[in-house]
Amino acid sequence: MSGMNLMKLLSKSVLLIAALSLSACSSNPFDRLFGRGGDDAGAGANAPITSSALDPASPAYFSETIGDRVLFVVNESTLTDEARATLSQQAQWLLTNVSYSAIIEGHADEQGTREYNLALGARRAAAARDFLVAQGVADNRLQTVTFGKERPVAICSTEECYTKNRRAVTVISAGIGS
Amino acid sequence: MMLRSLFAAALTALSFTVPALAQDGPLKIEITEGVIEPLPFAVPTFVAETAAADQYATDLASVVAADLQGTGLFRAISQDAFISSVTSFDAPVQYADWKAINAQALVTGAVSTTGDGQIIVKFRLFDVFSEQQMGEGLQFVGSMEGWRRMAHKVADAVYSRITGESAYFDSRVVYVSETGPKDARQKRLAIMDYDGANQQFLTDAQSIVLAPRFSPNGDRVLYTSYETGFPKIYVLDVATVGRRVLQDQPGTMSFAPRFAPNGQDVVFSLTTGSNTDIYKLNLATGAREQLTTQPSIETAPSYSPDGSQIVFESDRSGTQQLYVMDANGGEATRISFGQGRYGTPVWSPRGDLIAFTKQNRGRFHIGVMRVDGSEERLLTASFLDEGPTWAPNGRVIMFTRETAGAGGSSTLYSVDITGRNLRAIQQAGSDPSWSPLLQ
Repeated sequence: MSGMNLMKLLSKSVLLIAALSLSACSSNPFDRLFGRGGDDAGAGANAPITSSALDPASPAYFSETIGDRVLFVVNESTLTDEARATLSQQAQWLLTNVSYSAIIEGHADEQGTREYNLALGARRAAAARDFLVAQGVADNRLQTVTFGKERPVAICSTEECYTKNRRAVTVISAGIGS
Repeated sequence: MMLRSLFAAALTALSFTVPALAQDGPLKIEITEGVIEPLPFAVPTFVAETAAADQYATDLASVVAADLQGTGLFRAISQDAFISSVTSFDAPVQYADWKAINAQALVTGAVSTTGDGQIIVKFRLFDVFSEQQMGEGLQFVGSMEGWRRMAHKVADAVYSRITGESAYFDSRVVYVSETGPKDARQKRLAIMDYDGANQQFLTDAQSIVLAPRFSPNGDRVLYTSYETGFPKIYVLDVATVGRRVLQDQPGTMSFAPRFAPNGQDVVFSLTTGSNTDIYKLNLATGAREQLTTQPSIETAPSYSPDGSQIVFESDRSGTQQLYVMDANGGEATRISFGQGRYGTPVWSPRGDLIAFTKQNRGRFHIGVMRVDGSEERLLTASFLDEGPTWAPNGRVIMFTRETAGAGGSSTLYSVDITGRNLRAIQQAGSDPSWSPLLQ
């Protein structure tokens, strides 16, 4: 934590406030997952439940410091070396923080037909999930969902945005899974 | 040569009979290979036979004219050019007045109201240059609120009599209404008349909804919704808007449903783990059957109109391509071999063609091919066209066109299977599904 500067502290405080205000208006995790009733859908989807952002055991630490997402090349669901490195850390976090479960969202860029992109997003989510399970995370703590091209995070129509949209995002939630 | 002549039948063009002396048949738009001027026609304001019918007299004529003109096969002559007006439905037609403005076809109509909220619409069609009525006069009785449908019925009859084709105006389209920016898009199921009128929402904007598909008689709609947080297939009753989940196996996702022509079986994609395959579910018995077993992606299934075969897309070859298999599964035959990727195949209601989305060199196209994959023709090209659906007569295709960039949006478009008459339907939305002709 020694390297944490004031800016980072501030941004985490903002996240915490966002998380608290979302918790106040809805107790259904899907409402946050799918952006119901919030115009900050990006922060909402990745926001923690109740936690301190300074705590390595917090979902905010998971999403910000470890990184909650891995990226894919066009039409592929193979994990890159960078993706494996991120997922290894995600697995360590999940093995340490056993009271959390996760939903892994698979996404595609807009350059594809709707149905194919749904199936492709499912492949990407499953690739991330399978890696976490291979690292020892119990599979009943992990669920996958595909959004195809329905929920881009970047909205330009160039590779600069497409590369951000071809992703698998590990969304942490409270509870030990099914 | 057989294929060539069949294919020529898909090319619409116009030829119409010339004045009386040379007349050896009725007024007709022929299916030929040429491209000729649209056929000029006149639809005078209908005769209001009761005082309360006044408001409908102009509107009925306008909708009939818009339907016919919208096909690209006909051209409406402006009412300003008319020499005579029609003040009595049964008065003799003043052919000379219509010949003088070169109206090849004349549609006359009358409308009256009954005491109990009904309207009665009558029409006759005339071949002006042969000075003959074409077919019998017809009468439609229906509710006042349904007046546009009666106009569509008139236009359907005129279209059929002149082209010899079945029609498509009295039909509806279910689709996904879209509002908001790309990264917070709100999607709602909506239904409209084929021309964009009478839009109604079928769901709220709480959950993502995708790709609604009409049942063969238009009474139900299959669609995919994220209301549980995961994509699942629902079946909705159009009249009551009641819905139930169709496929709710834990740990799976399901999408891309379509009805079989029997209205009882549903074919769809089910994802387990990383693998997406095609399954069939019987709505009456709940019995489920797996139709594909490859580790590749198999999705977007669509039945042939006789129910014996299914066309679908798969990346088993390494890229998205189209395949045809028996409706009970088994070995599949690849039918797409051109450059690029092929998806979203839809079998024509006539059984002769398959419409598809093609992605090649960064562009998207709507195209058609024969069911054996031959004679591929691309009808459109843009940044992103996808998701074709067939008009009930198999002559027109509606699809989704999305524009590029941060402000990109989706609009419904239609195009002839000749590639002509590309038109935007004024509704922001995607994933249209065209109903059968209404009864």
